[in-house]
Amino acid sequence: MSQASDQIAKDIAENDVMLYMKGTPVFPQCGFSAAVVHVLSELGVKFKSADVLKDPELRQGIKEFSNWPTIPQLYVKGEFVGGCDIIKEMFESGELDTFLKDKGITLENVQ
Amino acid sequence: MTAPRTVAESLRAKFETAFGPVELVIVDESAHHAGHSGARDGGQSHFRVRIVSASFAGLSRVERQRRVYALAAEEIAAGLHALALTTLTPEEAAKQS
Repeated sequence: MSQASDQIAKDIAENDVMLYMKGTPVFPQCGFSAAVVHVLSELGVKFKSADVLKDPELRQGIKEFSNWPTIPQLYVKGEFVGGCDIIKEMFESGELDTFLKDKGITLENVQ
Repeated sequence: MTAPRTVAESLRAKFETAFGPVELVIVDESAHHAGHSGARDGGQSHFRVRIVSASFAGLSRVERQRRVYALAAEEIAAGLHALALTTLTPEEAAKQS
């Protein structure tokens, strides 16, 4: 296990909702990352994020860890949910609300 | 058959072979992303892809897109920055429209 994969395993175990993104939630550095932040904020989901642009090892490591070549990547309760397209699609169909609620995640903006 | 010349043509050929899609749309959106860190000179960095294929039945969204990404691995290594993916079965596509 590389250092990056150890860190990722720890992050996704300790944080119910963990987003790997470019930039920060306040200053996303990529439209795809911004879109996922927007969806999570819209639902009122508390999440932790990691900026892959600050750490080249993490940037490569998360791609290998998830077997997924692009950023952003969302983990919920240790499970890889998907990238921007999947999150947007699940949000638009209402599936994301249900998925998160089933996982025991609090949605502050959803009844 | 001549060798594929553009990234879109190359992706199209791979997706056609792998998925036997009933619908395959590949749009080069690189121009929208010009100046962005993932963009490159000459474009061909950002694509929107819609694939409707019966071969996706029974697969999760993540599994479907992993298959698409696996096919595009060479292009990604060569500078393809983003694929905006929609991966549907014919039944799902019918429900959408």
